Amino acid sequence: MTELPNVIESRELTKSFPGILAVDHLNFSVRKGEVFGLVGPDGAGKTTTMRMLAGVLTPDSGGAIVSGFDIVKAPESAKHRISYMPQRFGLYEELTVDENIRFYAQIFGVKAAERDIRSTQLLDAAGMGEFRNRLAGKLSGGMKQKVGLVCALIHAPDLLLLDEPTNGVDPVSRRDFWRILYSLLDQGVTILTTTSYLDEAERCHRIALLHEGRMLFCDTPARLKENMPGAVLSVVTGNPRGISELLDGHDGISSMMIVGDGLHLVVKDASRMISELHSIITSATVPFDSIEQVTPTVEDLFVEAVKGNTKGNEK
Amino acid sequence: MNGQSPAVVVKDLVKRFGDFIAVDTISLEAHKGEIFGFLGPNGAGKSTTIRMLCGLLRPTSGQAFVYGFDVATQSEQVRQHIGYMSQKFSLYNDLTVIENLDFFAGMYSVSNSDLKGRINWAIDMAGLNGRENSLAGTLAAGWKQRLALGCAVLHRPPILFLDEPTSGVDPISRRQFWEMIHKMAADGVTIFVTTHYMDEAEYCNRLVLIYRGKIVASGSPLELKQKYMTGELLLLECDEVGKALELLQSAPGVDDAAIFGNALHLVVPKASEAMGGVRSYLSEHGVNTTRIEPIRPSLEDVFVSLTSVRNGPETEASRQ
Amino acid sequence: MNWDRLLAMAGKEVIQIRRDARSIAIVIAMPLIMMLAFGYGVSFDTKHIPVYVFDMEGSQQSQDFLKRFQSSIYFNVVKAVDNYPDLIRAIDGGRCQIGIVIPPDFSNNLNTGKTVRIQALVDGTDSNSANLGMSYSRAVVQAYSQQLQLQWLQRQGRTNIQPLVAVDARTWFNENLESMSTIVPGVVALVMAVVGTFLTSLTIAREWERGTMEQLISTPVTPLEIMFGKLVPYMAIGLFDTCVCAAMGAWWFGVPFRGHLSVFFLGSIMFLTVVLSMGYLFSVVAKTQLAASQISLIATFLPAFLLSGFMYPIDQMPAVIRVITHIVPARYYMAILRNVFLKGTSIILMWQDFAALAIFAAVLGFAATRVFKKRLD
Repeated sequence: MTELPNVIESRELTKSFPGILAVDHLNFSVRKGEVFGLVGPDGAGKTTTMRMLAGVLTPDSGGAIVSGFDIVKAPESAKHRISYMPQRFGLYEELTVDENIRFYAQIFGVKAAERDIRSTQLLDAAGMGEFRNRLAGKLSGGMKQKVGLVCALIHAPDLLLLDEPTNGVDPVSRRDFWRILYSLLDQGVTILTTTSYLDEAERCHRIALLHEGRMLFCDTPARLKENMPGAVLSVVTGNPRGISELLDGHDGISSMMIVGDGLHLVVKDASRMISELHSIITSATVPFDSIEQVTPTVEDLFVEAVKGNTKGNEK
Repeated sequence: MNGQSPAVVVKDLVKRFGDFIAVDTISLEAHKGEIFGFLGPNGAGKSTTIRMLCGLLRPTSGQAFVYGFDVATQSEQVRQHIGYMSQKFSLYNDLTVIENLDFFAGMYSVSNSDLKGRINWAIDMAGLNGRENSLAGTLAAGWKQRLALGCAVLHRPPILFLDEPTSGVDPISRRQFWEMIHKMAADGVTIFVTTHYMDEAEYCNRLVLIYRGKIVASGSPLELKQKYMTGELLLLECDEVGKALELLQSAPGVDDAAIFGNALHLVVPKASEAMGGVRSYLSEHGVNTTRIEPIRPSLEDVFVSLTSVRNGPETEASRQ
Repeated sequence: MNWDRLLAMAGKEVIQIRRDARSIAIVIAMPLIMMLAFGYGVSFDTKHIPVYVFDMEGSQQSQDFLKRFQSSIYFNVVKAVDNYPDLIRAIDGGRCQIGIVIPPDFSNNLNTGKTVRIQALVDGTDSNSANLGMSYSRAVVQAYSQQLQLQWLQRQGRTNIQPLVAVDARTWFNENLESMSTIVPGVVALVMAVVGTFLTSLTIAREWERGTMEQLISTPVTPLEIMFGKLVPYMAIGLFDTCVCAAMGAWWFGVPFRGHLSVFFLGSIMFLTVVLSMGYLFSVVAKTQLAASQISLIATFLPAFLLSGFMYPIDQMPAVIRVITHIVPARYYMAILRNVFLKGTSIILMWQDFAALAIFAAVLGFAATRVFKKRLD
């Protein structure tokens, strides 16, 4: 990738709340024109990080440069250039779609003529053109989310900060939403998003896996998977419990998990284990359909990384 | 599964609110020891169905039997034979672990002889030894979730309803939780799970997909992926993803293309046949393919392909 | 300050108010209901006190005396009974509040110059109206006896005493009229203190509750623009409500309006600035609508009711309490409104009240801009 300026530079960003160290010396940078994902379960510190970058929460220590402005020294300066969409979209329910857009356009000083052109474009791209006069409170979750995005984009920001944008939205709307996001990249917009859907992380160019306020990894999803120690095997069987009892404590299997139609194993050496498993299971005469290596998911990565790296939640 | 009568039987169940049909003629059967998943987006009718099965809402028409009891006329018996755990983990945050367990034991009238054993069992299961006197509100999400599960099964219900049980819980706790669920299922408990998280659904033995109040597909996760996925999935990595997307959206033999980070996912009728064609089509237009391979569809892919065929995403009724 | 952003805030607020049935109810219904409740509740309930009479004599003179009760607007003679038990039962059953018993020797004593004793049985459950009822009956009796004395003196050939006697009786009725007139401007001030604070107390808290605030504070809008954008529409509504209340006072309750409209508006705008800023401040601090509205009710209603001179005259309060009344803004507005309504005093004579409101407006307005932070922590 060519040398592009970083839109976000987080340096030792730290924030604690009574009893919790929510964000713990976080360092990462987001390049211009990429989709960067902060990925982790609830309580990992995603929202707190997002809020600090949006300039609505003050860090305890450390800091960040967002769109060229220091969020500690000049928290208000970056606000003209960025757009932040909190989890609840920030729409006024008593206002219509158009009225919401007009309000945010005025707040950002967008000229009326420009606003009309942009809002028509954005609404059409979102497939929301026919709902301009509907009250925001009367929209479904997926529609609210798209209108929230239109409001956030009305002033053509450099950087879009999205906090769990697809939470609780049906998969079809979710795909639509991502389609819109990717189309923004052509216009030079940079996107920072958070998600607790580990499968959604695969849609980002680069991701940072967060756990209890700290960063576990930061790279492209593909490279993270390549670098995962060990491999994931999938055993398809009607009797996963039988097989799991059979394999319990077997050398070379670092973890085992029952899923609906079989068993997922994390092993050190995939090819050796596949043949070994075949003979073990066959000799025990437990029926099974197949054993094959599968690409690890971001969740597999996460679980492997978190093992032995946890503060206190687990036994 | 074991030739016994099904634990949950639903026949043509309908629930209307005014002229809105929340649940539209649903029929299903869940067997003893089965983990039965009820998958659909918010507002699809999942909670309404669960509420009817728990005897909290009266069906408009149709019938449902839980453990042999009619939910419309025998709701008290139904409630005695089920455990229910909501996504909010209805624990009392200002009571301690042991006080929460005592309270729920009282609610379910667990007998005195059984009480101590069950509470100890629940504490063991949830891994809360030594934390019996902590306030429930101070526990981490994973622990809360296991405590809530303990509370829900103190009375050994043969049927357990879980409403998005692992939303907002870290993946490790989630895996531990499912481990416990699979153990209970092995002991013969029927588990009925509602969720809109596709990855949560992968843990179920059998799934029904519900969309706008109707069942649109059913089967094991694997069957769903094999049976209902119209076409196969290809992962494509190439030089100019944006340009490739534009090219492939109108390319012959490609049903759908979507960006996933630095790569594209393509839906094609037959993966093995399409790979070469896509590669050469792209190179003709000056895009170099670095990697192309078939991938397994996720449940989300199945869901999207099923529901987008039915109709557009944005005509859905506005919530509830 | 950027005018476009301020106008955007104000415009958005107006649309929200218009579409929200609850805020319309607060804007329109609350002042009307409070005006009626306090206007009637405080001043009118002592009229038409139900009275039973038991005339043991039944003479021309005793009937003459009872007519005095009947013709008074303060009493309503419901029924005449002819035995004690019926009278007691009527009082016990709440059918009347006062029972008047005329002894069998009424006219005899009267004519022979002996002291006449009338028995008045008063239901004391509601001590306030019992007191008033007793006072009114005394007044009626006093007026009657004065008239008798007058007649007696006239018969003696002394005619020049009359004015002295008559003055006493008139004071009673005038005093009540006067209280009516002081009550209504007081009610206007009380209503506006409560409604004004209530109006703005919800506005910031609602944005926090619904989650819109998080997005708003991530935009370039400044705290001052948010505050003015929200106060301007409510100032207009507050002035409208004040006019409605004042008009009700003048036309419905018939209280004279003798002062200048300009003085009325100046005082009202200053007072509204004070209460609107106060509500805004509560809203910023409370962050939930429920807490904000509770704080604003407690902080405005009780002081405005008890410590502003509305219920109890300030100069009769204990010294400590009297000092505290100085920090009740409604006290100054009430003084201004009474003057504007009843006396038409020049603004120069009320400079202290205006100065006090100006100080409050400045302090609270400043505090509101300072306390609101574009921050979640």
